Amino acid sequence: MADHVGDASKIVYMPGDFVENVKVSEKTSKAILGPGLKQDGDTVMVTKPGLLRHKEPNIYWIDCHSRRYVPVRGESVIGIVCAKAGDVFRVDIGGSEQASLSYLSFESATKRNRPDVKVGDIVYAKLLVANKDMEPELVCIDSTGRSSGMGVIGRNGGFLYKCSLNLIRKILSTNCPLLSRLGKQIPFETTVGMNGLIYVRARTTVQTITIINAIAASEYMDNDQIISMCKKLADTFTMVQ
Amino acid sequence: MKMSEQKSGSQNVLRLMVCEMAHLSRPDGSATTFQGDTCVMTSVYGPTEVRMAKEQIDRTTVEVVYKPKSGLPSCAEKSLENIICNTCENILLGNAHPRSAINITVQEVQDSGSFTACCINCCCLALLDAGIGMKCTMAAVNCCIDNEENIIVDPTRKEEEQSQAVLTFAFDSKDKNIITVITKGKYSQQQFQKCLVLCRDASDSVFKFYRETMEKKLSKT
Repeated sequence: MADHVGDASKIVYMPGDFVENVKVSEKTSKAILGPGLKQDGDTVMVTKPGLLRHKEPNIYWIDCHSRRYVPVRGESVIGIVCAKAGDVFRVDIGGSEQASLSYLSFESATKRNRPDVKVGDIVYAKLLVANKDMEPELVCIDSTGRSSGMGVIGRNGGFLYKCSLNLIRKILSTNCPLLSRLGKQIPFETTVGMNGLIYVRARTTVQTITIINAIAASEYMDNDQIISMCKKLADTFTMVQ
Repeated sequence: MKMSEQKSGSQNVLRLMVCEMAHLSRPDGSATTFQGDTCVMTSVYGPTEVRMAKEQIDRTTVEVVYKPKSGLPSCAEKSLENIICNTCENILLGNAHPRSAINITVQEVQDSGSFTACCINCCCLALLDAGIGMKCTMAAVNCCIDNEENIIVDPTRKEEEQSQAVLTFAFDSKDKNIITVITKGKYSQQQFQKCLVLCRDASDSVFKFYRETMEKKLSKT
């Protein structure tokens, strides 16, 4: 099996491969295995196809391209309210089952003061419970009881776009210039859910579509290409206006 | 959109394999695989919601639907579905997503021999594209024994029809162990062993092809 030390970012690992020379922490002599890796006796086995990533000192995971979301605790997601069932809302977050969202887990919601949520609304929420054996549970408040940006979004128009999970991780990474560059040219508001949904609202519909197209096109671009695309967009937009 | 090709080197090797991945927009994973003129299109959804009746509390339910080129599926098609389903269940990490389903749809495009093998290989590629957790990959190779008792690996449809026995083997990538064997016709024990060895050797090139296809898919980023 190929060694990951050296030019590791180019090697594709397939399910069934073994990762060798896994660095362990000096204190605990443990390594942290992320998605796509599994311990198999004394070895580390790959379970998903993709590129091996390593973060010093001892964190490993497989960077895999997939479109289906598997809920992870603590991640922020965008969901669509599908039904009201007693004191919870059923929210579709793209996972294998619908998540539940209690009406009490909104800012300043009480038993008497119910939040204004309708079927079909889009909510930005955090996963409080995400376990393979249990139904995922969402909340729209943080631990201090504040909404901190979460709650119902998209009441004033805008567009919800579904893309691959890899693109989401890419545009949310700190070294990706896409959103900040686009924002310089066209003012817009956006919400990005880790489950592959992006909500965008700009001043006009044309601008919203432009932003969505730019995001969709950036999936297979590197940073230089993204910057040049944003420049081109700016030029065309100033010409039109 | 991705095309990968595999050139055959020595004799007794597989026909040209070509694969296009992620060309369907709705499914979580999809692949169209050519093996010579044989062509299969597969889509994978998963892990998704599962019907109450089929829900398993400790493992993923794998459902395979086979769509023939024309007409309704009959017994033979149902049997093929079963074979593919059991083969896939063997390599998938079943307990990673309990109470969910993985739906695989296999569409026949062109059957020009070695069809079962192509179906299984296409399923494996679609599962790889969907990024579903697996213990290992699987490769199926078909061979037939003609009337002069020659063994032909990856035969065409004509060769299959004129043969006395057709054997299909599916191997895992780890130890090249047999996952599935499907045989039709009359053959001796020695012939079976000989076919097994030939197919096992040929499976290497299928595994190599999988790796190349994934490398090409991931090289875009």
